[in-house]
Amino acid sequence: MSDAPDRLLPLNAWHVARGARMVSFAGYSMPIQYEGIMAEHRWTRDSAGLFDVSHMGQLIVTGAEAEAGLETLLPADLSILREGRLRYSLLLAEDGGIIDDLMVTRRGGHFYVVVNGATKEGDIADMTNRLPRGIVIDHMKEQALLALQGPKAVESLSRLVPGVEELGFMTGGAFRLGDGTIWISRSGYTGEDGFEISLPGARAAEVADLIAAQPEVKPIGLGARDSLRLEAGLPLYGHDLDRGTTPVEADLGFAISKRRRAEGGFAGWNRIEIELQRGPLRRRVGLAVEGRQPVREGAALVDGEGREVGKVTSGGFSPCLEAPIAMAYVPAASAAEGSEVILSQRGRLFRAKVVKMPFVPHRYHRKGGA
Amino acid sequence: MTLYYTQEHEWIAVEGGRGTVGITDFAQGQLGDVVFVELPEAGRQVSKGGDAAVVESVKAASDVYSPVSGTVTEGNQALVDDPSLANTDPEGQGWFFRLTLANPAELDGLMDEAAYKSFCDGQ
Repeated sequence: MSDAPDRLLPLNAWHVARGARMVSFAGYSMPIQYEGIMAEHRWTRDSAGLFDVSHMGQLIVTGAEAEAGLETLLPADLSILREGRLRYSLLLAEDGGIIDDLMVTRRGGHFYVVVNGATKEGDIADMTNRLPRGIVIDHMKEQALLALQGPKAVESLSRLVPGVEELGFMTGGAFRLGDGTIWISRSGYTGEDGFEISLPGARAAEVADLIAAQPEVKPIGLGARDSLRLEAGLPLYGHDLDRGTTPVEADLGFAISKRRRAEGGFAGWNRIEIELQRGPLRRRVGLAVEGRQPVREGAALVDGEGREVGKVTSGGFSPCLEAPIAMAYVPAASAAEGSEVILSQRGRLFRAKVVKMPFVPHRYHRKGGA
Repeated sequence: MTLYYTQEHEWIAVEGGRGTVGITDFAQGQLGDVVFVELPEAGRQVSKGGDAAVVESVKAASDVYSPVSGTVTEGNQALVDDPSLANTDPEGQGWFFRLTLANPAELDGLMDEAAYKSFCDGQ
């Protein structure tokens, strides 16, 4: 990384005016918390939280060959992705490593792709390099991204934008708000029902004011975003996923669509096919840690002789469960639910048990049940 | 009873040759929600500026240093049972441990309340 000063996002002054504590994240000055991580976490689970995630990269991928081109880099079946639908996917390296995780939406003749803030420049360079010349990637640098998450997100947002309540989970559409059009999808990173809102940076403060004025809504910082996604079992790129992990190891097999598993034809398929057939050597699992002390990223998983056989990639204290939880890569033999493992942190050993994720049940708005 | 403060944001209340140690309100505000503490057991020798306790918030783990050298007489079991006392009453019920001072002259290097306040204002 560089020593360049943090870049400012469109809502910087908005956060500061609301008493946010700002920290450096992904090269930007971002709000870590307002009133406190625990309170913000619980507010989001009980009501609705407004998150500024404008550091994320919003890309438009166009060109006659865009679908076929993207399918060489992502394991998603884009041929069955209908207009206004989005899907979680992975930008894969040729050796099967994960370059980034992302959301891809088919939208009006192009693909709208949202990638992580810390990796966006590298993603664009990589995709430009590997995709045919006819495919154009437009980075919407002036676009802001907000997320409204929680069980009361729908009643507060539909008051401002009638019609959003009709969206099902993982669908999106263009909506009118005030003098302009904004893109809203029913999606998020907390395990709750909620929305993500893409809009011009110049309108971000106006729209954030409208949403935050709803009685159900409070602004929420990155601290609670991290504890919420951990409870939801959702991996964080650069921590739980990186160039050295594959989709099968990361337990993201659901992101490899049925047709793609049958046909292959995407980056990393040689390795991924073998791992799908034989199982990976290690796997990302959820851990419930005994006691109250959090076991955090970087702690080692050790065997009976004290040798390191795995590692914790995310860990913290779950505000909802009031207990420490973690994600870790463990050897395949220890990956089954109920397996007992030993963790080592700062010279101390902790017992933990492999548990099913999410730690806290998802409450997405799926139309037609299931 | 006299109150002293350290640059690492611990306080110590001294009466006779005995002291009670905790973290300051400024420190708890910086740490955020405290979810776990590990306190020294009675009989442990601690040294001025040395590790004495661990405090974990939702965000991170931090060491708590002893403001002075001495022998621990008691950890605060109420704080172990309810770590959020470190947030709600850091300079009262949320105390960390008590000790007998080995060398009361060590107190001379610590700040009083006014000096600590201006130290925090400069942070």
